[in-house]
Amino acid sequence: MSSDVIIQAIVSGLLMGLVYALVAVGLSLIFGLMEIVNFAHGEFLMLSMFFSFWLWALLGMDPLLSLPIVVLALAVLGFATHYGVIRHVLNAPMLAQICATFGLAIAIRSGAQFLWTPDFRSVQDPLVAGRLEIAGIFIGQPQLVAGLVCFAAFIALWLFVTRTETGLALQATAQDRQAAAVMGIPTDRMFALGWAIGLGCVGVAGAMLSSFYFVFPDVGINFALLAFVAVALGGFGSILGSLVAGVAIGLVESLGGVLISPSYKLLIVFSLYFAVVLVRPMGLFGRY
Amino acid sequence: MSELLLVEGLTKHFGGVTANDGISFDVREGEIIGIIGPNGAGKSTLFDLLTGFQTPDSGSVLLDGHDVTGLRPDRIARMGVGRTFQKLKPFPDLTLVENVMVGALAHTSHVHEARDKALEAIAFVDLLEKRHSFARELSTGQRKRLEMARALATDPRLLLMDEVTGGVDQKTIPGLIELVLALRDKGITILTIEHNMKVMMDVSSRILALQFGKRIAFGKPEKVRNDPHVVDAYLGRADAA
Repeated sequence: MSSDVIIQAIVSGLLMGLVYALVAVGLSLIFGLMEIVNFAHGEFLMLSMFFSFWLWALLGMDPLLSLPIVVLALAVLGFATHYGVIRHVLNAPMLAQICATFGLAIAIRSGAQFLWTPDFRSVQDPLVAGRLEIAGIFIGQPQLVAGLVCFAAFIALWLFVTRTETGLALQATAQDRQAAAVMGIPTDRMFALGWAIGLGCVGVAGAMLSSFYFVFPDVGINFALLAFVAVALGGFGSILGSLVAGVAIGLVESLGGVLISPSYKLLIVFSLYFAVVLVRPMGLFGRY
Repeated sequence: MSELLLVEGLTKHFGGVTANDGISFDVREGEIIGIIGPNGAGKSTLFDLLTGFQTPDSGSVLLDGHDVTGLRPDRIARMGVGRTFQKLKPFPDLTLVENVMVGALAHTSHVHEARDKALEAIAFVDLLEKRHSFARELSTGQRKRLEMARALATDPRLLLMDEVTGGVDQKTIPGLIELVLALRDKGITILTIEHNMKVMMDVSSRILALQFGKRIAFGKPEKVRNDPHVVDAYLGRADAA
């Protein structure tokens, strides 16, 4: 096996890993903020892909151009989810919280099947298509753009959380919501903001995926599963952990596919997950 | 002296338990009011009601003449009511400066202004050399100081403190008491829950005694200490022990 194949696998794994990381960080942010696991995360990703698809199919907008609209729509959906559902189960038993987001997932997925049928759809002739060849390595241009945009979104999120006053208020709310309230922080609004940002991240990832990935009602399931692994692997609530774990999963999946067999790639990802949590139950960057 | 806080008939039930039962008292500007009572007397519930973490079933809370009954905690905080917790609540993964900045941001949206204000508050509680440490690295006594700095940065007119001297060794207590008095000298009115009776008698201008959710005495320390209800309910048993 030539080294070209390995490098090829590393590049594609890295780019896909950046997309996984952005999906995962949304999940991690919401969990870190309010200790609620969003089981509908994959369904929101699916919705953002459909938004992107329909904007192309009905209005002829390329996914890359409609990106801001999709992100905004998902952020609004995040607010709506918080005020419509999550807020009412915030102090409820954990099982009620699980049922709330799990029920939301089923409702969204079934709704999508009902409205749009389970057919696979795809955006034809996207603005960015084809592939680049650099020194014998082929890079899909949509994947390259997706990876870079997701990475840029990641950096923007990181700067927002660590460098702005609202980011500081978010961190404070995540670490102790009572103490944050005593400091004059409207914690409920912070939770809503967390959902908006979390789903906004999913919006970026979904919009970017839609230019090179099939769009169908079940598309979110696999991504959500990998996002859960990434969050657990990186450490719940850790932004940096999501990035490292997302990229690691992308690389392992891609390298495993090339070196062992594509049919085992998820098995290899989950084996890695098991190996890490055996040594570090709280994930790579988790504390407690 | 004017009344900063006026509490009337505050009542809160949890299921069949009446945690606060028609509690009334007033707090004048510049006072230190001590709240005493056996465990389960309703002291922490009273703090929760005053700071908006619980909504009273009946009764009212007036802050400087404004009705704040049932407002959200962040609203009450922004109106000038600070609080420190018995079970300390620092933001563990933020540095001291960042911890206190969170408080300062209640009144300014400029990060550098908040930082200056935070440093001033940290200097006030004498933790300046620790300013870049994470809150989780501090000792209990230092965490108490951090809570005070954080509360101070929110510019409170009224500060509710839950067991300042609880859970620290004897050597640490005088420094913390000094700090409470220094906060009062800065013009902050203080409401404090305390189990250390000597501290309470020394620093309080008036004492509110609770038992089974009811007010059993309210007045000057020496008067409350000799009140037969208080002696029966609390001090009597403590003396016998």
